[in-house]
Amino acid sequence: MADTTTSTDAAARARRETIRKGLGRRHLTEKLFRGFGIGAILIALGLVGTLFWMVISKGYPAFTQANATLEVYFDPEILSFDPAPVRGAGQSDADYRAAHLGWQRAVTMANWNRIVENAVVNAAPQGFEIGSREALALIDAGERHRLRDMFVANPNLLGQRVSVDMLASANTDNWLKGTIDRNLPDARQQLAASTRQLADMMLENGTIEFRFAWHIFTNVDSRAAPAAAGLAGAFVGSLYMMLVVIVLAVPIGVASAIYLEEFAPKNRLTDLIEVNINNLAAVPSIVFGLLGAAVFIRYFGLPLSAPIVGGLVLTLMTLPTIIIATRSSLRAVPPSLRQAALGLGASKTQMVFHHVLPITFPGILTATIIGVAQALGETAPLLLIGMNAFVAAIPATPFDQSSALPVQIYLWQGNENRNFFEARTSAAIMVLLGLMITLNAIAVILRQRLERRK
Amino acid sequence: MTTDTFSAGAPFAMSASPTAVPAEPVKETVRTIDPAANPARLRTDDVSVFYGDKQALFDVSIDIPEKSVSAFIGPSGCGKSTFLRCINRMNDTIEGCRVSGDITLDGENLYDPRLDVVELRARIGMVFQKPNPFPKSIFENVAYGPRIHGLAGNKADLEEIVESSLKKAGLFEEVKDRLHQPGTGLSGGQQQRLCIARAIAVGPEVILMDEPCSALDPIATAVIEELIDELRENYTIIIVTHSMQQAARVSQKTAFFHLGKLIEEGPTEEIFTNPREKRTQDYITGRIG
Amino acid sequence: MTPMLIAAVLLVLMGLGYTQGFSRSRALLAADGARLHSRPQYHGALVALWVLVPAILVLALWVMFGPGVSRAFIVSQLPADIVALEGSQLNIAIARIQAIASGFGVAGEVAPWETAAGETYAQFHFLTLLLVVGAAAGLGILALLYARKRITPALRARNAVERAIGWLLLACSAVAVLTTFGIVASLLTEAIRFFTFVNPLDFFFGTVWNPRFSSTGSDAQGQYGLLPLLWGTIMVAGIAMLVAVPVGLMTAIYLSQYASPRMRNTIKPVIEVLAGIPTIVYGFFALVTMGPALAALGQAIGVEIRATSALTAGLVMGIMIIPFISSLSDDILRQVPQAMRDGSLGLGATQNETIRRVLLPAALPGIVGATLLAISRAIGETMIVVMAAGNSPILRANPAEPISTVTVTIVNQLTGDSDFAGPQSLVAFALGLTLFAMTLVLNVVALMIVRRFREQYE
Repeated sequence: MADTTTSTDAAARARRETIRKGLGRRHLTEKLFRGFGIGAILIALGLVGTLFWMVISKGYPAFTQANATLEVYFDPEILSFDPAPVRGAGQSDADYRAAHLGWQRAVTMANWNRIVENAVVNAAPQGFEIGSREALALIDAGERHRLRDMFVANPNLLGQRVSVDMLASANTDNWLKGTIDRNLPDARQQLAASTRQLADMMLENGTIEFRFAWHIFTNVDSRAAPAAAGLAGAFVGSLYMMLVVIVLAVPIGVASAIYLEEFAPKNRLTDLIEVNINNLAAVPSIVFGLLGAAVFIRYFGLPLSAPIVGGLVLTLMTLPTIIIATRSSLRAVPPSLRQAALGLGASKTQMVFHHVLPITFPGILTATIIGVAQALGETAPLLLIGMNAFVAAIPATPFDQSSALPVQIYLWQGNENRNFFEARTSAAIMVLLGLMITLNAIAVILRQRLERRK
Repeated sequence: MTTDTFSAGAPFAMSASPTAVPAEPVKETVRTIDPAANPARLRTDDVSVFYGDKQALFDVSIDIPEKSVSAFIGPSGCGKSTFLRCINRMNDTIEGCRVSGDITLDGENLYDPRLDVVELRARIGMVFQKPNPFPKSIFENVAYGPRIHGLAGNKADLEEIVESSLKKAGLFEEVKDRLHQPGTGLSGGQQQRLCIARAIAVGPEVILMDEPCSALDPIATAVIEELIDELRENYTIIIVTHSMQQAARVSQKTAFFHLGKLIEEGPTEEIFTNPREKRTQDYITGRIG
Repeated sequence: MTPMLIAAVLLVLMGLGYTQGFSRSRALLAADGARLHSRPQYHGALVALWVLVPAILVLALWVMFGPGVSRAFIVSQLPADIVALEGSQLNIAIARIQAIASGFGVAGEVAPWETAAGETYAQFHFLTLLLVVGAAAGLGILALLYARKRITPALRARNAVERAIGWLLLACSAVAVLTTFGIVASLLTEAIRFFTFVNPLDFFFGTVWNPRFSSTGSDAQGQYGLLPLLWGTIMVAGIAMLVAVPVGLMTAIYLSQYASPRMRNTIKPVIEVLAGIPTIVYGFFALVTMGPALAALGQAIGVEIRATSALTAGLVMGIMIIPFISSLSDDILRQVPQAMRDGSLGLGATQNETIRRVLLPAALPGIVGATLLAISRAIGETMIVVMAAGNSPILRANPAEPISTVTVTIVNQLTGDSDFAGPQSLVAFALGLTLFAMTLVLNVVALMIVRRFREQYE
């Protein structure tokens, strides 16, 4: 007995020695492994940080823009056309409109550029030499239309002098913000030397000021007048699409989830539906775009670029998300509650609608918001149903042509005036991300509220 | 190697001893070995455990005799498993768990910050309540410990360790033809013996068993109990059990826990026949539990 | 205006039906003291449903055939010489009549026959509208009366209403199935049309992508070889996986095995923010930040890296997929029973030995499934590659060069085109079909693996 004990002891000691020898290496590996883990997290966090930093640092300057306050003279010599038509007795709606449009055309044909140019030249210091084209380049090209619209709305302006806030052109804005390298040689500058000089002088004497660019939210997209381009059209387009998604995807999705989770018999058919929904959730979004193009546009003849079609496509796309999320919140309802309801003599339908659904309401709400947020950020399928068309109007109905927020971002990032539109695109991204974060925050807050109440 | 220094024990055929255990009266199976004859290398002194603000164990002091089986009994939630997990510092893995007091092995404090918990767990192995073989082959399951600790110099060594461990756990004959099939394919009792073999393969001095039979049927339980009795020859074994019969059958020393306190400890025979404390008596006679 | 009117009429009728059903059943209850099988609410709802069904049928008929009937009526009012014009001029004439009838009027000369036709059409339009609304309302009222008469204490109104609800729910679940069906049907029909222009073999095995008319003129349809696009797709997805799998997996491992609950609760949402960012933003990030950064890096180390390339797109796509991998892997690692971890730690394994040798092998099927899902997502991703991959459909191995992918080409070939006349636009559907088939196989396999993994530990 004593012999065995000593020899096992010796073996045990040898074993401990072996283990001890390996410990240093093993602990080092452990440290390295942990380091990899922390490294991975830092990379992920760093990427979130870089992305937001990139978007915000590029985007926030776009929210202020150079504005020039100029005195505009509605010069009767330049604006020489007949007075506005008056509606005659017995004239039909259509005829009056035709006549008025004719007058508007005449008004538009007038040399509004000249008016803008004169306003700029007048504001320049006495004796400052500047060509007409150079003077005009200071102000955004859209402002002449604004002056025209002011005039059409109030023809009495003829011959008057009015102080008007006008947007400086995108190039002026770039120059004053330093978005373009101020040391580039003349040939590579977007503005002529005299315009640049005038812009600097006007900024100095307060004629030009940087103001918050509200028009990003109120204007529609514009190609001719980039400085005035805004998100309103795309915003309303996205809003319509979200409405369609909420009106269609949410009820259908919740109803499917209820059916599959609570009512569906376990058979091949429901299995098939289930597999089908899981797969549909992973179908690439662009395939839904193809579906939209082939079915909604070509087969049903719905209009191109319309938010209704976009909404339908996004509805089909978000449906599986909403179904899956709703089902998981239904599944979280304890069986005891169901049994209690059934035990009291409630029918299955009553059990579901009176007892289960109210509890899952926060879950359904979250599912809805997840779905809507997903739909809000989706771009690819919209490109296939023509929503990347340039639309310079706020859509009045979901059937009108329109853009959408993410598509507007796509269009702006492709604009040739990179210096200006990089900032504008980032600003649009900030708006989009802001909306999505708000949506998610609302979801979180509502859910907490609702859950606390119980 | 240690294989040749003692007999590996006959393999346990499943049908060999089923009648031997569950039906037999408690007293006849109680071993009459004086625990005092075996010196204690593992001692605990005033051990308390806290989960957050809640104290789960109160000042437990007990000596564990060498090369014998000590049983911790008590109603569920009495802290016996918590205490067991302190001994190889498995409580370290639980968030917010704090241990105070001393646990010493050969006079070395196990909670000494300089002590390496990896080395400690190689010396104090553990077998869990539910058989938990890794999703690997039987061979790989047993080879796992030796591999990570670098105990086998070459493949032949490793094979020898695996074989001798499986033999010691009485499993070798049953699985020798399918060493490379998944360990999860074994029956519950076999899985638990596989886990014991896995613990043995590292060559521990102490083996902690946390209700090793609670997930097993009576026959498999009997096999494991016999195995424990065999292992006592070479290992110090601590077993947590909620079955008093089991404690009586396999252990030489018994400690009774109640509500986080060590109520009474002593030679198994004494505890079961002549408990000093009323609570122990109540528990043994089934009045609390 | 008209739809609102109809909706209003319907709502009023349904409300009436509900109150009628409700009060009638109530009255029964009061009169004979009989025990109602269903509560009055259900009787009300049943009557309202009865009202709805015929009205909806009438309206559906009108929606389907109304425009055709109107057009036929106007045509019948037109002089023969105008009818003989056909085509767009006939359409203009019809539009003018409709405009006159609506009272808005038309610009220019109005022929006397136009005014006359406009007036008769206005009357006709009014009458048909009246007829339709009348029929819908009338049938609704008839149904109401019938349903009201059916009410007896024994009527199983609740069961009937619940059955109707059941059917409605089933119909809603069918939408998802119909969607799949629509996808498959539309992709197949248009792809088959494409294959009448281009041999499927040339498409699936062609190595040249040049959909323009070829310069020699001999091959007038251009060349539609899928392989360069497929290769581009695979290369970008591969690069994305090289980024996303290690980072995502290590993040999941650290957060689920090492991090304190507090750290986990702070970091997880931040990483999930990455998952919620629209892909267009990633595309912009690739274009504006990642591309130039890579190009500069290339210059610094003396390798030419193009700003828009497979590398740029792949890296950014990898970033996009990190949260996807990490949250799926996190789920899966949590499903490996704690007993496995304890078993390994109890043997004296260090944390990383436990993770690498026990947890990961145990979780492997699940992680493979998650990775397959991620690959499927990567090959279907569009905006990042559209903006940052360079759109150059040429077979080449260098990831620092521009490439094109299946999704990019779908966008290029179909954007702004809706007549689908030639192979140039139809090819988008053949590409879509390829993409759909690839992702479908990946998804089915992945979901199967993941499901089996879950069952293993349940």
